Formats: sequence, structure tokens, C-alpha cells
Amino acid sequence: MSNKDAYWNKTKNHMIVTLVLWAFFSLVIFMFGSELNTMSFLGYPLAYYMTAQGSLLAFVIILFWTANKQEKIDEEHGYSEREDD
Amino acid sequence: MFKGDFIQNLPKIYGTYTGGFIVFIILMALAEQAGVSAKNIGVMFVAFTVLIYALIGYLSRTVQVDAYYVAGRQVPTVFNGMATAADWMSGASFVALAGGVYFGGYTYMAFLVGWTGGYVLVATLMAPYLRKFGCYTVPDFIGTRYGGNLVRACSVFVLFIASFTYVTAQINATGTIASRALGIPFEAGVWVGLISILICSMLGGMRAVTWTQVAQYIVLIIAYLIPVFWISSNVGGGIFPHLMLGDEVARLGELEQQFGLVKNSAADMKAAGVPGGLKYISGTHSGVPEGGMAVWKYLSLAICMMVGTASLPHILMRYFTTPTVRAARKSVAWSLFFIFLLYSSAPMLATLSKLALMDPNLPTGIIGKSISEVQSIEWVQRWSEVKQVFIADFNGDGILQLNEWFMRGDVVVLATPEVAGLPFVISGLVFAGGMAAAMSTADGLVLAISNALSHDIYYKIINPKAETAKRLLVARVLLVVIGAAGAYIASFRLTSILGSVAWAFDFAMSGLFFPLVLGVWWKRATREGAIAGIIAGIVSGTVYLTWVFPKFSVPIWGGVNTPFLGIDHLRFGLIGAPICLVVMVVVSLMTKEPSPATQKLVDDTRIPTGKAILGKQH
Repeated sequence: MSNKDAYWNKTKNHMIVTLVLWAFFSLVIFMFGSELNTMSFLGYPLAYYMTAQGSLLAFVIILFWTANKQEKIDEEHGYSEREDD
Repeated sequence: MFKGDFIQNLPKIYGTYTGGFIVFIILMALAEQAGVSAKNIGVMFVAFTVLIYALIGYLSRTVQVDAYYVAGRQVPTVFNGMATAADWMSGASFVALAGGVYFGGYTYMAFLVGWTGGYVLVATLMAPYLRKFGCYTVPDFIGTRYGGNLVRACSVFVLFIASFTYVTAQINATGTIASRALGIPFEAGVWVGLISILICSMLGGMRAVTWTQVAQYIVLIIAYLIPVFWISSNVGGGIFPHLMLGDEVARLGELEQQFGLVKNSAADMKAAGVPGGLKYISGTHSGVPEGGMAVWKYLSLAICMMVGTASLPHILMRYFTTPTVRAARKSVAWSLFFIFLLYSSAPMLATLSKLALMDPNLPTGIIGKSISEVQSIEWVQRWSEVKQVFIADFNGDGILQLNEWFMRGDVVVLATPEVAGLPFVISGLVFAGGMAAAMSTADGLVLAISNALSHDIYYKIINPKAETAKRLLVARVLLVVIGAAGAYIASFRLTSILGSVAWAFDFAMSGLFFPLVLGVWWKRATREGAIAGIIAGIVSGTVYLTWVFPKFSVPIWGGVNTPFLGIDHLRFGLIGAPICLVVMVVVSLMTKEPSPATQKLVDDTRIPTGKAILGKQH
């Protein structure tokens, strides 16, 4: 397998992992909204907290994490851009 | 004062600007103390900020193609994040989001998840690859990847429908805010808004829009957060509402039980003469509605907004302006961070505003008090006069019940500072913030449309030999024409017919999402597949919209139709996008696979380093 293909396989897998996390915080937890709302976080009902703030925060964290991870994949395969590009 | 070039000095420049804006707020507060009228303070806030944007727009003028279309591809990560956040958060987000949460509670907040979660799709599936490609516009990518004028024209068509639906609503919002702040008629406000928008974008294209959007983000975030924190401490919500409102949310649940959540009949509301567009609280704030259909409604709305976000050209084109592919990825993360600051505050503002009005233990509470007493409150009188709030004593007991208090959603943002006893200078600040939010989005949209028409239709299809000066002239003329057309439609207040901002998301996802994603992620996707997919998606989505939306279905289909699987007019992208996918895959597999040259082009797109597919100037 060429370096290019190996790079693209890793990138694809990374994309899938990111989208699984995304689907968990945007869709899966809200399938169980009424169950989650019986629990509480910071004094808020949990499902309410997630839709008002929690999932939004999770997306921000996912985005920084995924960008850093992808940069590492770039480096491993020698596709890292120079800063002054 | 500043050494080195403009880009290196950005933090200093915008730091100074932010400091200057805060000094201006303090001056206005002093002016209020000195007896300057509330109206004049509102005028000064809007006039001062708009002048600054116009100045930035003028200083950013350019005669270069790549500066005009992609800001010279030198916008640093964090600044591009701020510009995208301003581009993204519209006048509607600014003034209506908290109101939506106020009335809709948990169910409405599917919009919050949808309008933020979409950025994960942007970052993983689209932004870095489109940046590597080096295109000027979204149709530029589709036209080059699939090859040919027809596919390019199809994608311009979808871009036009989606963005134009959105832009009339934005110009409408600009007009509303300008008319209220400056005390001029709505129609005049629309044209004042349009001129402000054009001054920011016409001379410098994307470069000017970028630097004004950063300035507008700073104004709008200050204008949103200061009142939220201040109101919170005034009504006993604690100094950091985001982490401290648990008790208040629980208290709202108790109050809802105490007052009862009653649904008014349409006949009662008509008999009482409730003005159109005013709403009352009939659902719970934090409770989750029971049943599978309620869950599906939440999820389907979130899906439409997320996929739509990842297909909206005026957002995607912001990531063409970063210096590198890596910067494009990081920039998406920063964008969402800046958006998060406002979006996570909207539910807090809604909670505080609701509590201020509902809690009889607070001096601001009005529900449960006698109607004559409530009607003598100054802010109630002022907002009643302009038909933004309304009281209807259905049971005739002279006491204001929860279902007897009607209010327009915008009032939550515009009037809560007053209700909670904040000085007027804050209301002036909120006007300036709303104006910044509406202008920045309108700028991005008008530019997205006129760039696609001037670059993809005029330069690439009609006159490929056009010289730079002529291309930029055409781009500017189109910018004025598109803006004027949007303002003309907005001035007739036809927005109720044009429908919801949500439609723009559904149009974009129906016709653009899969052609963009498969263009990068599936080498086998062919030109014929893309053309068939775009047409099938946008046509089926639009036909379904006419079928399901009563205002269209009655004249066209002869009656009101029940939505299929709960897919109503806000969610019609769920019909268009899957049809687009299926047609695109089937037709692609039936036609000859793309040429080796095209496959190589896709390979190159997937790798961050190396030359861009399209040259620096093309």
C-alpha cells in the first residue's frame, strides 16, 4: 500500500470516529431525552442541560480534538504543511 | 503606531478597536446620566458602529481578484473563526433565538444542537478539502471536480435559491432594527440597511467583508453577553448564569404547575383580537415531551439544520480564506467556539427573562397580578403601543394568567434589559448588536450569491476571456443588483410568504450536500450523477415543500395535506437530500467512471500538501 493510500485510510477511519462521537452527542442522547431528564447535572435536568449547553460544548471539544489528531496523521505521513505555506 | 504588516498587527488593531468600543459604551452611559434622551442614545449607537464598519470596508478596497474573492487567503485562524461566527449568527439568531427558547423550551432547542453540530460535518467532510482545492466559490468546486458548465450552473441555481431565501430575511431584520433605533419608517430602514451592507462589501469583496465581520462579531458578542450577566445578577441568578441557574430552572417547573399550562383555542384568541405573531407559554421549559413522535420531531429538525449548515455556501466559502488546509480545520473549531459563546447564553437569557416575569416573589413578576396593575407598568405600556405585547383576560377574573400574556419572541432580547431595571444604554447596545448580527450575515450572503454569478456564470461560462477589471466590475454590479432585489422584496414585507430561515438549510441540503461530500469522498461519482442528483434533490424537495406548506398547497394541490412521517415544511430537506443521494449514486454507477485525470484531481484534493488544484488566480 502506498503512503498516499495509508494516509487516506487513516484519515477515513478518523473521520468515522469523529462522526460517531458527533452522532452520539447530537442524536443518540436525545433519543433518551425523558430518561435522561430524571438525572441532574449542575442542578439542571440532564437532557435540558445537554441541549442547552452540554452537546454544544461537546462539539467544540470534538472539533479541537479532531483537528489536532488529523495534524498528527498529516505529520506521520509527511503531509504536514509548513507554517509559511 | 503599528510596525510590520497588517496581518501581524491584527491582535493590536482589534484590541484597540474593542477598547474603543467599550470607551464609547461608557461615554454613552455618562451621556444618559447627563440627560441625553434614550432615542438619541439608540441613534448614536447604531450610527457610530455602522460608520466604523463603513470605514473598514473602505480601507479594505481592492483591485485584485484573489483579494476580492478569497481575501487573498491570508486570514489567520482565530480571526477567520470570529468572522465566520458573525457570518453565521444572523439578526434572527441575535433577537429571536432566546425568544424561541422562551416559548418553545426543550423542543425548540433542537435548533441549538442543529446549528452547532453541523460544524462537525463542515470540519470533517468539507472545509479542509475545499480549501486544498483552491476554489473561489462553492460551485467552482463542483464545476471543476465534475467538469462542465451544466453541473456548474445547476449548483449556482441551488446556491441562489438557498441564499436568496436567507438574505431577504436578513435585510428585513436590518430594516426592522434600523427603523426602531433611528425612528424612521420600516421601508426607509430597509434601504438604510442595504446601503450600510453594500458599503461594507462593494469596494473590497471578501477582504472587506472579512474585516468588517470580525468587527461586527466583537460588537455583537459584547452586546449579547453584558445584558445576560447583568440581568442574572439583578434577578438573583448569580454572577455566572451558565453554571448557576439549576435552581431557577427547577423553580420555573414549579411555577408552570402553579399557574397551569393552558392551551388557548384559536377562536378565543381571535375573539380577543390577539395581534399576529404574538405567542404565549403553553409548553414546559425543561420538560421532555413524551412519545416516539416527539423524539423524531426533535431529531429530524436537528438533522436538517446540521446537514444544511454543512451545505450553506456563505459559510463554506469562509474557509477558502485561510492560509493553509490545517488552518481551515482549526478555524472551524474556533468558529464554533465563538458561536458557542452566544448560543449557550440564549437559553440562560430565556430562563432569566421567564423567571423575571413569572415569579411573583420578584418585583418584576407580572403573572398572577391584577391586570390593571400590570397595565400601568411603563415598559408594558410602551411595548403594547407597538403591538409587541398583549393582554387578554379570557376568564374575566381581572388577574393575569400565564395563558393571557402574549408577547413577540424578539421582546425577550429587546425588552428584558428594561424589565430587569438596566439603564437604557444597554438597550442601545443591544440595538447595535442586532444591527451587527443582521448586517454581517446579509453581507456574507449577498457576496456568496454575487460571487457565484460573477465568477461561475459570467467568467467561467459566458466570457472566459474577461480581464480582471471587467470581472470585478461585473462582480460589483451584481452585488448591488442582488442587494437591491433583496431589499425590494423585504420592503414589501413578503417574508411571511418566503417563509422561514430554516428553508434555506433545507434547500441547501437537498441540492448541495451530497454532490459536495461525494465529490471528495467517492471517486466514482460522475458528472452525470452529480447533475441528476442536484436536479432530483432540489426538485423533489421543492415539490414536497409546496405539498406540505398550507399557503402553497391550497392553491397548487387544492387542500391541506398531512405531513408524511411528521416531515413538515421546516424539514423538507429530509425528502430532497436522500433522493439526491440515491439518484446520484445510481446514475454514477450507470455511467462511465471519471477519467484518470479527474481521479488524480480527487487524490490531490485529499492531501493537505502540494499545489492547490486551481491556481492562485483563476
